[in-house]
This record gives sequence, C-alpha cells and structure tokens, in this order.
Amino acid sequence: MLKQIEGSAAVAESIALCRPEVVCAYPITPQTHIVEGLGEMVKDGRLSPCEFINVESEFGALSVAIGSSAAGARTYTATSSQGLLFMAEAVYNAAGLGLPIVMTVGNRAIGAPINIWNDHSDSMSMRDAGWIQLYAETNQEAADLHIQAFRLAEELSCPVMVCMDGFILTHAYERVDIPTQEQVDTYLPRFEPRQVLDPAEPVSIGAMVGPEAFMEVRYLAHYKQLRALERIPQLADEFKAGFGRDSGGLIRSYRFEDAETIIVALGSLNGTVKDVVDEMRDAGVKIGCVSIVSFRPFPLAPLRAALERAKRVVVLEKSLAVGLGGIVSDGVRKSLSGIVLKGYTVIAGLGGRAITRSSLRQLFERAGRDELEAVTFLDLRTELVDRELERERHARRTGPTAEALLRDIGTVASRID
Amino acid sequence: MTTQPVKFYQTGTFTVGNRLLDESQRSVQANMERTNSLNSGHRACQGCGEALGARYAIDAAMRAAGNQLVAANATGCLEVFSTPYPETSWQVPWIHSLFGNAAAVASGIAAANRVKGRKGVQVIAQGGDGGTTDIGFGCLSGMFERNDDVLYICYDNEAYMNTGVQRSSATPPAARTATTPAVGKRPGNVAGTGKNLPLIAMAHGIPYVATASVANLHDLEAKVTRAMGISGARYIHIHVPCPLGWGSAPADTIKVARMAVESGLFPLIEAEHGEVVDRAKIRHRVPVDEYLKLQRRFAHLFRPERDTERLAMIQAVADRNIARFGLM
Repeated sequence: MLKQIEGSAAVAESIALCRPEVVCAYPITPQTHIVEGLGEMVKDGRLSPCEFINVESEFGALSVAIGSSAAGARTYTATSSQGLLFMAEAVYNAAGLGLPIVMTVGNRAIGAPINIWNDHSDSMSMRDAGWIQLYAETNQEAADLHIQAFRLAEELSCPVMVCMDGFILTHAYERVDIPTQEQVDTYLPRFEPRQVLDPAEPVSIGAMVGPEAFMEVRYLAHYKQLRALERIPQLADEFKAGFGRDSGGLIRSYRFEDAETIIVALGSLNGTVKDVVDEMRDAGVKIGCVSIVSFRPFPLAPLRAALERAKRVVVLEKSLAVGLGGIVSDGVRKSLSGIVLKGYTVIAGLGGRAITRSSLRQLFERAGRDELEAVTFLDLRTELVDRELERERHARRTGPTAEALLRDIGTVASRID
Repeated sequence: MTTQPVKFYQTGTFTVGNRLLDESQRSVQANMERTNSLNSGHRACQGCGEALGARYAIDAAMRAAGNQLVAANATGCLEVFSTPYPETSWQVPWIHSLFGNAAAVASGIAAANRVKGRKGVQVIAQGGDGGTTDIGFGCLSGMFERNDDVLYICYDNEAYMNTGVQRSSATPPAARTATTPAVGKRPGNVAGTGKNLPLIAMAHGIPYVATASVANLHDLEAKVTRAMGISGARYIHIHVPCPLGWGSAPADTIKVARMAVESGLFPLIEAEHGEVVDRAKIRHRVPVDEYLKLQRRFAHLFRPERDTERLAMIQAVADRNIARFGLM
C-alpha cells in the first residue's frame, strides 16, 4: 500500500510485518522513531505476540537481544552512533555466537565533537564485527531491506545490520509502498533457529574456545559471509518476484556501461549522485555510478565487473579512516587488483555536511580532468583549518579545537551552504 | 527461612549436624534424583567456594523448576572452569555471552520464553562479584527495575579471581589483592569503599533478595527454592570463599565461610519488596579476628604487629551488621 510516510515509520511498519517477537529499545537520535513506532504497535496490540523491552543502555539492548535470539525468538533492535559503539562488545559477540538478530543503524557521526547528523562513521567502525551490512538508498529500500535481512539472517544464522542515513532517510517523508502481511509471510518463513536454549535439549552456548578451534570458528563466520554473497542477489530476485520492485542485491549500477568515470558510494548519497550523472550525461560526459548495497560481505567480483572498463573511479565516502583516507576505497581497490586505472577517494558529508549537486558536479568535472588528489575532502573549509593551525603555531594553550572553530564561524554553527 | 530448634551441635564446629535434622530438612549431597547441573570434571581449584555454591544453587533451582531451567552466565571463574571447549559441566541449557551482560541476556531469554508461551521455563543469571557489582551492574539494575522474571545469583568471592585477584567493589577493607597490595603505610584495600549489593538490590524494591553462604548449604538451597517460587526479579548473593585469592586452606572453605557469618561480617538475611523479613541468628559469635586470621590476604593486620585500629574498624563493621539486622 502506497503511503506518504516518514522513513522511520515505514521501517517500523516493515519490521512489524516481519513479526518480530522481541524488540529491544534504547533511545538515540536519529533512530528513535523506529522503536517508538514499534513500541506503540506492541502496546496497542497490533504487533502481537511481541515483547517490547525498554532497556538501560545500548549494551543492554543488544545483550537482551542476544538472550532472546538464543532462546529462539525473532529479535530486532536499532541504534545509531555512540549507541553502536557503546554496544560494540555485544556486536562482536552476537556475530561470534551466530545469532540472527536484525538491527537498524540510523547512521550518524561519532563524537567528539558530539554531532547528531549523518555520516557513516558508526556502522563503518563495526564493519569487521561479523555482521552483514546492507546500506539503503531510499526509504523504500530501507523498508524492503529489513524484510530481506530477516530472511538472510535466519537462513545463515548471522546477524544483519541495515544501515540507513540518519535524518536524510530516517526523518524524511516520502512515498513508500508498504507490503501486505501476506506478501511478507510468503517471503519470510517461520524462524527455525540453529541453536536454542531449550531445557528438553540442553546445550552450552558461548563456551571458551582455545587455539585449537578458534581459527575455524572465525573462518566459518567468514564462510557465512561468502555464502551471503551468493544469497543476497538471489533473495533480491525473489523479493522482486514477490513484491514487484528492485531492492537490495550486492551493488546497483547506473549508466555505467560506456562510462569513463564511475562514482562509487553507499546509501542515500546515490540519489544526488545519479542526478549529477544525468546532468553530466546530458552534457555528453561519459560518467556513471555504482551503489554498494552490501558492504559486508564486500562484493569484490561484481564491483570489478562494473568498474574494470572505466578510466577512473571516484569513491565517495561518508566516513574517514583517520591517518589513511577512505575505508570503502580499500575494498574498491582490492576489487580492481591488477587493473590499471585512476582511483580517487573523496571524503564527503562528515557530521552532516551537505553534499550538494553543485559540489559534486565540480568534483566530478575535476576528476574527469584527473585533477583530484588521491584523497580529497569535499567542501572542506580550509580557512577554518588554517586559522586553527595558525593559532596552534603561536600558543600552547589554544583550548578545545571544536570550540575555537565554532567561535571563528559565529553563531550559525550548523548552517548549510 | 524455616528453622527448627536444634539442641545438639557437632563437637567443636558449631555446625548443625545434618543427621540431627529432620529428614525433610537435610541437605542431600548425592542421590539418584540429583541433577548434578554443574557436573564433576570441571576445572575449579580445590576448595572452590563458587563451584560448591553454584552446584547447590543450580541443583536446588532445577528441583524447584522441575528441570525447566535456562542459565545465563557472566564471564569469570565459573564460566571458564565449567566450559573448557569442547567439554562442559552444565547439564542445563546454558549461555555465556559477555562479562557485563548476564542479567540482560537472562532478561532476553525470559522475554523469549514469555512470547513463545513456554510456561514454567525459568531463567537464572549468574556471575561473580566483579560481573555483578561492577561491570555488570548497569544491566543488573536494569533487569531489577523492569522486574524481569529472572533469578540473579552472585557468587561473591570478594575480588576478580579469574584475572588474578584484583580488587572489586566487593573487596572488604584491608584485604590484600593484586591491585591493593599489602605494602605501604596502610596495606591492602582502602576502608570506607565498596558497595553492598544486597542492599542496593533491596532498594530496587524487587520481590525477593537474600544472602546465603556455602557454610550453610541447606539455608542456601531453601532460599533458592523460595526464590524460584516467586515471579519477577530476584537476587541471591552467596558468599563463596576463594582459597587462591584469600590465601586460605582449601580444606577450610566451609570454616572460613562460617566464620564470616558467625562474626557478623556476612549477615544472612532475606528481604521482600525492600524490607528485611528474616535473618539467620548467630549461634556462636566469634570475633572478626577468628575469620581474618584464616586468610593470608589479611595477614598484614596481624604481622609484624597487630593493626589494632583497623581490626577495631572491621569489628565495628561486624557489630553494626549484628545490630542492624538483629543477628543475635
């Protein structure tokens, strides 16, 4: 059913259709509206049977989820930013135990300085925790990916993180087609756990493993993700057959066949990128783009196939590997092993810095002339940086950096140019 | 706690002889029906109070629940010595997730049981004092305030034994640990620090809180049984000597535990909804010296000379407990 609906509300409805049995909630912006929506549905009985548990922290949230999932209940939680980091130990643990929990990450920057706006620093920090990570481009896809996520998680007994850009998606109202219960029930079978805490068949879960088998347990986690590389496209095809639209898959390519320049990005940014690609195509520029939907497992082969004929690849990243540059770029370059082409990393949109069409157009044009450096910071306000560096050259006690920069800017700290 | 007047003590020990009790009141150490939920073959040290406490607590819980029990375990000695992969001593469905989240994992299991309609399946969480009073405290307090249907059992050996005897917030004053060494002007743990978790649990107003000791296994079993008959959040804090960390003789575990009770340093109480409803009276009071002298972690209180000031302070703690909880 078509609805004009907030992204978080759409995701909440989609989750409810998946019949979760335990939902753990701890508030953190910008993820809160999702669990608020689910909480209301549990409270008024629309979502039943389901236990909605208000926990005392994100660490508690995922820990409750670990318990309920190990006891055989379909389990969901959501978080963002500091919350994801606060539960980090449990994030690795859930994956190590092979528990098919689905968690939404409403992507948000990590402090300090504290910042509630969108970038991908949070989920990127957990990229190697053993969770599958899917990035939604639109709210429709965010809603759809959760349905696929439960199917994938439970099939592989592996947790799945569905990442959706904070505010840009979570708080945006747009048209979303909410599927019917019948459609979801047909697509998503009952949860049959691989392991369950059952007094009739007592097992010990989470025993200590020494050097004699730890490597093998870790390898099997890796193997699961390699299996997911096969299953994710199949599940997207099946989804299309049942729901009538493209959602998910490993990557999505756009106007890339004869492209000399290909832009690679994750999440909602791809909407803006496609607009700029269209503009430049109209002007005769051979440019295209690739959206990475599945960041874990990382789709090396499909990326290679999409990028290998290009002259240059620009990886747009909403996270920064401090001291290195890009995180996504590493994977992209690995996918192109042995192929000679120009690769550029562009760090953009950190802490919610707007990524505008005009900035992207200029960026892509410079890329086309191969004028970019290996790592570029899009729309970096160099005058602010220079002023702070100047201060630091002249005085020892310059005080907190963030405050100094804000004083330089004046009161409209979060102005979008 | 049910009591009956007992007129005879075993010579010298002041324990109540099991065989002097009514049949129904006796602790049974071995019989065909016993579940041995924590089975033999585990790697606990000789004289481990925690292994003993856990064996009796979980077996009592199993009896009370008709074997319909699931256990969540915090990281710590109990977890490590019971599950050296691929062996496990647990005859109950058991999960270990992390050091600080046993209470939350148990809450999740309880939620799953509710939603799945598994009536009668009960949930226990267990951890040491580090996993309970320190790193797991947030999750524990959350479980308490939500009144989740979980019995949490803390095996308190008064320090981080698994990592090599470091101080926890349950370490008593003056005790030597690896991080409160017996050096300097005031060797051992600083006085006036630490927290009393049973009282904190009571402050949550949860249905049932009790303390127990491996020196009185029948009382321990009775409290676990009682707790299993109550729904909501329940907490039992069991005092379990650690020969390795305390520097006591493995053969003295029960004696040391008994001295803690009989000196007044570890009161045995029961509370309902935040109010103390029962306490075990001390039958044969001993000065705290008797308890402390059995343990090398307190040796600096007696050598090279008596630390009269701090011994008096510890005695005052015991006296206060006796007055506060009406132990005499």
